Amino acid sequence: MSAQRGGTWLRAYAIGFLAFLYGPVVLLPVFAFNDAAIIAFPLTGFTTKWFGQLWDNPVLHQSVRNSLYVGFTAATLSTVLGICAARASARYDFPGKKGIIGFIMLPLVLPEIIIAVALLVVLIQLGLELSLWTVILGHVLICTPFAIAILTSAFHNLDRSLEEASLDLGETRWGTFRRVTLPLVTPGVISSLLISFTISLDEFIIAFFLTGTEPTMPVYIWSQLRFTAKLPSVVALGCVLLLLSLTLLFAAEYFRRRSNRRTGSEGAATGGMM
Amino acid sequence: MTETATGGAGARPIIEVDRVEKHYGPVKALAGVTTQIRSGEFFSLLGPSGCGKTTLLRMIAGFDEPTHGTIVIDGRPMAGVPANHRPTNMVFQSYAIFPHLNVAENVSYGLVRQRLSKHEMQRRVDEALSMVDLAGYGERASHALSGGQRQRVALARALVMRPKVLLLDEPLSALDKKLREQMQVELRHLQRHVGITFILVTHDQEEALTMSDRIAVMFEGRIAQLASPQELYRRPVSRQVASFIGVMNFLDARLTDGQGDRLALEVAALGRVEVPRAQAPGGARAGQVSVGIRPEMLTILFHDGERAEREVEGEVVDASYFGDMTYYDVLLPGAGRPATISMRNTAGRRILTEGMKARVGWSPESIVVLE
Repeated sequence: MSAQRGGTWLRAYAIGFLAFLYGPVVLLPVFAFNDAAIIAFPLTGFTTKWFGQLWDNPVLHQSVRNSLYVGFTAATLSTVLGICAARASARYDFPGKKGIIGFIMLPLVLPEIIIAVALLVVLIQLGLELSLWTVILGHVLICTPFAIAILTSAFHNLDRSLEEASLDLGETRWGTFRRVTLPLVTPGVISSLLISFTISLDEFIIAFFLTGTEPTMPVYIWSQLRFTAKLPSVVALGCVLLLLSLTLLFAAEYFRRRSNRRTGSEGAATGGMM
Repeated sequence: MTETATGGAGARPIIEVDRVEKHYGPVKALAGVTTQIRSGEFFSLLGPSGCGKTTLLRMIAGFDEPTHGTIVIDGRPMAGVPANHRPTNMVFQSYAIFPHLNVAENVSYGLVRQRLSKHEMQRRVDEALSMVDLAGYGERASHALSGGQRQRVALARALVMRPKVLLLDEPLSALDKKLREQMQVELRHLQRHVGITFILVTHDQEEALTMSDRIAVMFEGRIAQLASPQELYRRPVSRQVASFIGVMNFLDARLTDGQGDRLALEVAALGRVEVPRAQAPGGARAGQVSVGIRPEMLTILFHDGERAEREVEGEVVDASYFGDMTYYDVLLPGAGRPATISMRNTAGRRILTEGMKARVGWSPESIVVLE
């Protein structure tokens, strides 16, 4: 009896929690299709004009291009760095290894605003001009820990004797990397690229501090919030972004699981992103 | 595989290991190993875990370099030669089957670099697969294989390279008992058939005894004894070797005369005995020694009419029934511990129980004198 009542409470709590978590997100598409300039209930009618406005906005397009450029570059750089670090941490033992890896992973928990301000100060001191490349620099810093976390699990799951077997069968080190190591960690690499890209795409604080005259998309969205008339189209944009982010994350998770399956650690729930 | 199919143990050493040491910091994994492995023989490295047997195998394969000493394979010094340039191939303990490749791709992995024609490659792969009884399995995905099949693929993948030496790192330890015993026989047949030198690393003495031409027993980074299975079982050089290979009863003894061809001993429970010097393979000095006798070399005399060369009366303290065999623990007067005696349960033979008296027969030629 009491167990059942406990179950009821637990269920109510779980539903309340999920509503709090996802309710606002669900409102996004609702208002994106609402035919009113003011974001409020009651709904007045169905429209797609806000999406049309997005389509006709060249400044927005430029900011999307900036974001994609930053995202691709940051994802590629942090994944390459991640491969090196993950391989080293999975294969070699060297003095201070734990400390070094710990320091690399630190940006994961460091407040972004601290990183942003610190980077800004350093860049100005160095006399560097703010541009998309300074944003990329900041994003690589925060994406690399994620890349390392994903790739380390991929490399750790890789049985070392597979590489030895390849060498033993006459293959060179580079050939071994190409024919055995890389195919087995490829899903992890793709997963790392997707996650890094997603993080960079909607990152605001660092981009806001380090961007020069070319805003990334989140910075552009922020700048539009000051104009009430623009609000519905920003909501529509948010909708598009939400869909894109979810797609990317699901794809990343799919590849991460496949990576675990490939390297033969099925069922071993190794800390994923989802 | 036919060009090397000479079979038997040739006299020419294929591998010469000379004073090889391997240090990991202050720890000596190998503390000076010198041995020669003959071409075409089935050679086993046997010892408990941590004795250095795997370290030695990995240095022959080229995954590790010796700290001191040299390894020569087929007349060529191996210092600085990486694994991919050595005439050896290995079957890994985990089998290390490439999970993203199917069976045929796994087997042909090493051939790809040899730029063979498509036809020749296919022929070699098929030959290797049928050699391990996996003909027709080429298209199977590697994750769809059983443990025994994975092991066969690992064997085929190594043998298809036609190595001078095949290295096997505990290849049977992951298989269940029945499959393991079957594979022991098959491996032995395979080795005879291809005539390649096999080096097996194992901690299972039974496995080593049934498969090998010669066995090197290793303890703490050294070879304690290198001998044929029979020699090793019958004439172990030390108590350590004797207790690692099979079961051995140890009895305290005093060597009264160690001068001539024959050794005179006073053995607890068994009494005075004289044996040829050959029965002390580890050497013997006058004084306190140990004498070993195998459980099957002691016989319980069930009938009054049965006679043995030497006899002694004891009392059964325990009996373990194994179906075909019964293992008795018999306390002999004057011995500190009960001796284990194994008796085949032939037709009409009784099973003795605790507390019963037993006449135990033995022969001086079946004892071995140990330090």
